[in-house]
Amino acid sequence: MNASEISEIIKKSSKVVPKGGRTKPGSLCDMPSDATVIDLTQLCGIVEYEPDEYTITAKAGTSIKTLIEAVAANGQYLPFDPLFKDNGATLGGTIAANSSGSGRYRYGGIRDFILGIYFVDGMGNIVRGGGKVVKNASGFDLSKFMVGSLGRYGILTEITMKVFPKPAEYRTLEVTFGSLEDALNCTFALANTPFEMDALDFRRVTRDGRETNLWIRLGGLPESLPGRLNRLSSWLEQNTSAQTIIRKEFDGTHWDGLNDVEWGQEAKNLIKVPVSPRKLLTLDKCESINRAHYYGGGNVALVSADDLGGLTSTLNNLKLNGQLLRGDAEHPHLGNRGWVGLAQRVKQALDPDSKFLGV
Amino acid sequence: MNTESFYQQLQEICPGRRTLTRDVDLLPYESDALVAFSTKPAAVVLPESAEEVVAIVKVCYAAGVPFVARGSGTSLSGGSMPIKDGVVIALNRLNAIKHIDPEQRTAVVEPGVVNLHISNAVKQYGLYYAPDPSSQSICTIGGNVAFNSGGAHCLKYGMTSNHVLGLKVVLPDGEIVEFGSESLEGMGVGPDLIGLFVGSEGLFGIALEITVRLLPIPEQYKTVLAGYDTLEKAGDAVSAVVASGLLPGAMEIMDRLALKAAEAAVKTGYPEGAAAVLIVELEGESQQVEREFEHLVNVIEGSGAFEIQVAQNEAHRAKIWKGRKGAFSSVGRLSPDYIVQDGVVPRSQLGKALAEIEKVSNSYGLQVANVFHAGDGNLHPLILYNGREQGALEHAEALAGEILAICIKLGGTLTGEHGIGIEKRDYMPQLFSETDLDAMYAIRNRIDDKGIANPGKKLPGGEAPALKMHGMHPLEKAGIISRE
Repeated sequence: MNASEISEIIKKSSKVVPKGGRTKPGSLCDMPSDATVIDLTQLCGIVEYEPDEYTITAKAGTSIKTLIEAVAANGQYLPFDPLFKDNGATLGGTIAANSSGSGRYRYGGIRDFILGIYFVDGMGNIVRGGGKVVKNASGFDLSKFMVGSLGRYGILTEITMKVFPKPAEYRTLEVTFGSLEDALNCTFALANTPFEMDALDFRRVTRDGRETNLWIRLGGLPESLPGRLNRLSSWLEQNTSAQTIIRKEFDGTHWDGLNDVEWGQEAKNLIKVPVSPRKLLTLDKCESINRAHYYGGGNVALVSADDLGGLTSTLNNLKLNGQLLRGDAEHPHLGNRGWVGLAQRVKQALDPDSKFLGV
Repeated sequence: MNTESFYQQLQEICPGRRTLTRDVDLLPYESDALVAFSTKPAAVVLPESAEEVVAIVKVCYAAGVPFVARGSGTSLSGGSMPIKDGVVIALNRLNAIKHIDPEQRTAVVEPGVVNLHISNAVKQYGLYYAPDPSSQSICTIGGNVAFNSGGAHCLKYGMTSNHVLGLKVVLPDGEIVEFGSESLEGMGVGPDLIGLFVGSEGLFGIALEITVRLLPIPEQYKTVLAGYDTLEKAGDAVSAVVASGLLPGAMEIMDRLALKAAEAAVKTGYPEGAAAVLIVELEGESQQVEREFEHLVNVIEGSGAFEIQVAQNEAHRAKIWKGRKGAFSSVGRLSPDYIVQDGVVPRSQLGKALAEIEKVSNSYGLQVANVFHAGDGNLHPLILYNGREQGALEHAEALAGEILAICIKLGGTLTGEHGIGIEKRDYMPQLFSETDLDAMYAIRNRIDDKGIANPGKKLPGGEAPALKMHGMHPLEKAGIISRE
C-alpha cells in the first residue's frame, strides 16, 4: 500500500473511508456499505528518524507504540501522550481524531508537534503540506488543519512530527481534595507559580462523591527532582486545601492507564470535550455524564455518557462542542459547531465530489 | 466601480480623517519594512471597532476592491504592502486587551495590540506571551497571526500558531466566523482552522479578536556564550548540546563578519578573534535549571571553545543578548545596503549550508554575514551590497535566490518566520509541487471567491511591483526594530 495506490482507489470509487487501528469504535469508524474501505494499517513504517533534528517521519498507519519505542531508544518522546497507545492506535488515526492525553499540559497537543504531511485529497491528488523542519512559515499550514479532520478532507499517508528529549526521570504527586471546586482552585493557584509541571490531571474519586484526586507529574534530572518535589509539596500544603499529599514513585503504569483510558473501558459512549477549566464545573454537573476524567489541567474532558442528547444539550448551553471517541451517533461531533461553514469551504476545495464522509 | 460612491461609503464608516485618500496622507503606507517595494493604495481607513472593519470588508467585497490589513507595517516580506488601487485597513486603533484570565493563563486581545504589550499587561500575574519576534516592541498581534511570527525561542515553545487558542475573523466576503476556545486545546474538535488561518498572510481575511495562551515567566535564566576559532566547531557544539538531552530555550550563532559589526556597534565584549560565537540559554524552574546548567557547561567545555563566558547576573545576560539582537542593524555599519534571507535547514545541515553559502557568495563576489537561530536551523544570511552601483541590487537578489535554493536542496524551507509575502512568492514552486500549490489556490478561492484579500502575496503569480531599493528601514537605523 502506498499513496499512489490510495490515489487510484479514490479516483475509481464514489465513496472512500480510511481505517486505522479501530481503537475508537463507533461513529469514528463508521463504514457505510457503499464505501470502499482503505485499511491504512497496511501503510506503515518509519520513513526517517533524525534524533539530532528532533523529528520523525512515519507512514500514517504506523502504530503509536512503534513510534514511541523508536524515539525512546534515543531518549526522546512524544510529549502530548497520545491516547490508546497500548490498544493499537495509529499515527494517522491519532491525528485525525486529535486525541492527546495528560502530557498536552506542558508543551501542547498534537497540533503543536505536527510539522508536515502528505495526504491524498478527494480527487486523488497527492498533496504535501508543511515540511520536515521544526520552524516553517511557507504555504498554508495544511498539516495543522488535518488535526481533528476525521479523514473527511483527505487521507493522510505520511506525517513528520517533532519530538523532544524525554526527561530523565519523573515523579508524581497524588493530591486529594474535598471537592472538585477545591481541586480546580488549586490548579488556578498553580497557574501563577513558576512550577513546571509535566502533567496535571484530576477526577472525582467516585461519580457520586465529592472527593477529588489531582495528579501532578514532574519530569527532569534525578538530582533536582527531590528538591523540586519537596518545594511543590510544601507549597500545596501552605496554599491549598489539600487533604492528603502522597508521593508516588513513578513507574509509568498510572499515567499509561490514564492515557489508555482504562477508567472508561466499559463506557458505551466516550466523548472528548475541549473545555476551559472555568466551564468545567458546570460541565461536570451534567446529569448525563456517568464518568469523567479531566486531562491537561482540566482543558480536555473525557466523559462517558449513555444519554448523548442530555450531554449535547449541556454542551450547547455552555457553547462547547464534543467529539465521540467511542460510541454511535448520527455524527461524531456533538454540540456547538459555529465553525462548520468555514470548514465546509475547505472541504469543497479538497473534496468537491464528496468522496469522503461529510463534515 | 463607482469610485466616488465607494469612497463615500468608506467615509460613512470611518468619517473625517479616518479615511485617507490624499497622496500626502497615503505616502507613509506605501511600504512596510521591506522597503524594496512600494505601491500607492487608493485609500487608507482607520477603523476603531471590529464592526467598522467588517463594514469596510463588506464594502470592498461588494465593489470587488482588494484590501490589505496592516498593523505596524513591520513585515520583512512585503506582506502588509498595499495593493495597487486597493484599500489599506490600518488596525492600530483596535488595540484593546479585552480580557485577561490569569487563572486559566489566557488573554483576549484585538489585532492592533502590540506584541510586547501583552507581556507587560500580564507580568503582574507572573505570566508572559512567549512568541518574541525581534520587532515585538512595535509589531502587532494581528500581523503576528497573519504571518505566524517566530522569534528566538521556537524550538522549545513553537511559533505564533502554537499560542493562539481562539479566533474571531471576518472572511473576505464579510462573514464573521469564530473558532477555537479558551481551552488550551484550542479547536479541539473539528479540523484545526486556527492552524489554517494563522500564517495565511491575510489571504483568508482579518482576525478581529485573538485568544492567546500565556506561559509562566521562567523562574531563572542561565546563559552561556562560547567563542570558537571555526564556525564548524560552533555548529558541532549545537549538535552536542542537542545530543546531551537538554532542551535550551535559545541557541544562537553569529559568524566572524556579524561579530565584527556587532563589536563595532555595541562593544559586545565577545571573545576577541572568534570565527563564531554560540549563545545558549536555559530557562525554567531554578533547581532544574541550576542542575541542567552544570551539564551544559560540561558539554560546552568539551566542544573546543577557546573562551567561555557565563552570564553572572541579569545585566551581563542583557549585554550578551544586546550584541546578538543588534547584529543586523550593526551590519549597516559595514555596508550601505543588505538583503536578509530567512531560509531554514535541518539543524544537522547547518555546517553544509554555511559552507555552500560561502562558496556561492564568493562566486558572486559578495560578502555574507551570518546570524542564525541554530536551535531550529533558521538561517539569516545578510547579503551586503552597495545599492548605488548599477545592477548591484539585482546581483544581490540573484544570490539571495541561490541561497534559498540551497536551503530547499538540503531539506529545508523558504521562510522560518518572515513569511512569503511578495518577496519570496516566486520561489514557492521550488518548494511545493504544482499539485500542492493547486490545493492552496483551491482553498484560497473557496474562502475568497473574488480574490480581494491581500492578493499577490504568498502564492506565486500576479503582477509584481517594481523593485525600488534595498537598505535599512528607518526604524532599523534608529535601533527600534531589528531583523532577528
